[in-house]
Amino acid sequence: MQTLKMVVTGPFNAGKTEFIQSVSEIDVVSTERRISSEIERIKETTTVAMDFGRITIDNEMALYLFGTPGQKRFDFMWEILSEGMLGFVVIVDSTRPETFREARKILETFRAYAPTPYVVAANKQDCDDAWETDDMRIALRLSHEIKILDCVAMSKDSVKTVLLELLYSILAELEAVDLQIA
Amino acid sequence: MAIKGNLHDFTLTQLLNLINLAQKTGTLVVEGSNEAIEVFFTDGKLAYAQTGQEDNSLVGILHKSQLLSSAQFRGIKANVNGMSDKELGLLLINANYFSQQDILLSLQNHFVDVLNRLFTWMEGFFQFETDVSPPEDKITVRVNLENIILEGSRQIRELEHLEEEIPSLEIGVKFVDRPGANVANLKLSTEEWRVIPYIDPKNTLRQIAKVTELTDIEIRQVIYSLVQAGIVEMVRSISHQGTPPSPRLPDHIVKGDKEEGKSLIFRIIDRIRSL
Repeated sequence: MQTLKMVVTGPFNAGKTEFIQSVSEIDVVSTERRISSEIERIKETTTVAMDFGRITIDNEMALYLFGTPGQKRFDFMWEILSEGMLGFVVIVDSTRPETFREARKILETFRAYAPTPYVVAANKQDCDDAWETDDMRIALRLSHEIKILDCVAMSKDSVKTVLLELLYSILAELEAVDLQIA
Repeated sequence: MAIKGNLHDFTLTQLLNLINLAQKTGTLVVEGSNEAIEVFFTDGKLAYAQTGQEDNSLVGILHKSQLLSSAQFRGIKANVNGMSDKELGLLLINANYFSQQDILLSLQNHFVDVLNRLFTWMEGFFQFETDVSPPEDKITVRVNLENIILEGSRQIRELEHLEEEIPSLEIGVKFVDRPGANVANLKLSTEEWRVIPYIDPKNTLRQIAKVTELTDIEIRQVIYSLVQAGIVEMVRSISHQGTPPSPRLPDHIVKGDKEEGKSLIFRIIDRIRSL
């Protein structure tokens, strides 16, 4: 069976695990632990290595979604996870502007590892204090070609939209390769 | 007893604090990936420093400090065979070329510069041997470590900030399409002028650093200040010199049949839609 990979990344507590859980057909294989650091005690547990979900495409192909650990001290995993990926989703918590700088750093790092197509998912858009995506685009210094999408990671439809937009970007990239060759 | 370790685990700031507070006398040798640096301390104060790759002689240091012209440097070098730094220093003072103050200040600046270089090393095996003094023929100074530690800590914070802003040197830069109105009044530094001719998305920051002989930190500083000034913006480098653009998709998709690649993506799209 052919396996393909997409990576879901973003700062600590951005909603990566929920994002994968929303569309995975298997229970997300998660390596969560209780948080030891007081600073990061916004939630009770965090992903310490990676988690992954699976979507079977057909009898011959499966798509794996790999979530990266959110805490900085596990960033050595990022390069390993980025190898051979189709594309990646950067999840950003729209209600926590203090994490935008970290999100941009993660984004740049992944682009350096593997310059594959990516989209930015502005998560928690259902919250009252969520930043608008236009404002987030400026704060994250995203150029207009980069898609930044409203997202609620708990919602399957919302996650589907994000993944589809990433796939459209991948398709556009393949067509661009065609044009270059022509 | 020798103190041994790696700067990765025990930082230079911690080491210097230890030497300063315990007023230690001895030699610190740090081996980095490309060079080794040797620093001598007396009673917790910086006394002498040298690198494995540079001319550490007094005449070399005076030349580097631009107190001696290249012609003077060559002339003195040719005539001081076998003369120690102390002897040469006395000769230069007695001949009224320099004052004692000039020589000591020049040496002090050089030693501090060598020690400061260590603050940019994130890794490197170190060994501190107590009671090892600088070579007898060398001129030593006595510089308090407090200010060096403070300045070094500031450098580390700046480096961390720059690495956050510019995490990779594999990216390119281009001039912004519409520079701000204040660009006309901008004054660029020498380093910035050196970099400007190479601003092109085809060049990665690493390539620019190499050709302009700037260190990783210096190129980050220059690019960061140009970005802040609104002159350039960071982009993905569109090409490496002499090599085709990096594939944006994994090899097995880009290098295979394009139609097959697209069909594969369409299959995933159909499946996700049906979820």
